[in-house]
Amino acid sequence: MVDAATTFTPLASLAGGALIGAAAVMLMAVTGRIAGVSGIAARLFPPYADGELAGRVAFVAGLVAAPVVVLVATGRLPALTIQGNAVILIVAGFLVGFGSVWGNGCTSGHGVCGLARLSPRSLVATMTFMVAAMATVFVVRHW
Amino acid sequence: MAVVLQFAIGLVFGVGLVISGMSDPAKVLNFLDLAAIGSRSWDPSLAFVMAGAVAVTFIGFAVVLKRPRPLFAETFHLPTRRELDFRIVSGPVIFGVGWGLAGFCPGPAFTALGFGSRAAVLFVAAMLAGMLLARWLANRRWLSAIATPTDQFET
Repeated sequence: MVDAATTFTPLASLAGGALIGAAAVMLMAVTGRIAGVSGIAARLFPPYADGELAGRVAFVAGLVAAPVVVLVATGRLPALTIQGNAVILIVAGFLVGFGSVWGNGCTSGHGVCGLARLSPRSLVATMTFMVAAMATVFVVRHW
Repeated sequence: MAVVLQFAIGLVFGVGLVISGMSDPAKVLNFLDLAAIGSRSWDPSLAFVMAGAVAVTFIGFAVVLKRPRPLFAETFHLPTRRELDFRIVSGPVIFGVGWGLAGFCPGPAFTALGFGSRAAVLFVAAMLAGMLLARWLANRRWLSAIATPTDQFET
């Protein structure tokens, strides 16, 4: 399997990151909640502890609609290269879903919101999933 | 109104993922590939995504949390726990392995659905199944000796 080459995009990545941060700040201002995608997605299913289901559905719908909006606004979409067969995707998806909810957060909840709040739990979680992900890529690509 | 705003906020979040390149698993994996540092295949873009997102959130939270309350809620729901436990390490280990295998974390997995990717449908279905199992296990009394129940304010 040949790994897809990608281009270093510091300015676009910084700008896109700033938009992600702006969304996290707006969600806090509007709903008073942390913008953690894993927590929002997990609470799409029962049991429902609060009356916030419609808002969570709307947030996830916004995520899914985003590439369509980019396509309509700019006339093109950036690359999306998914490697790995169906078995790998299913195993990886299950691990990502289980691990993010078991660890109370993913890249957004711990990596963005938690670090910005200087939360020690989020710092430990972020360093742990970065190291685990880097080790996994090393094993897959270089062993 | 709050629901419309949350759709718009999800949209901004997703457009950020697409513009930053984080919606592309290949870009994520090329960042995580530390052995490629120094070669042309290493892509440091993800560090810039994180830097931009954390900087804006750090400043923005400081401003917003000075307000008495959110626009559409009684109070701010902020996690208060600080202690490290079994789940805060074991969860990220499991998550990180999955992230390194496919290059998708939960946000980009949802935006990939909007790209029309059929592979993303498989990934998201398995991800939701994993989330449901973790949420169920987290609330089992017989596991509470090793795993503290979920803090409803954490993500």
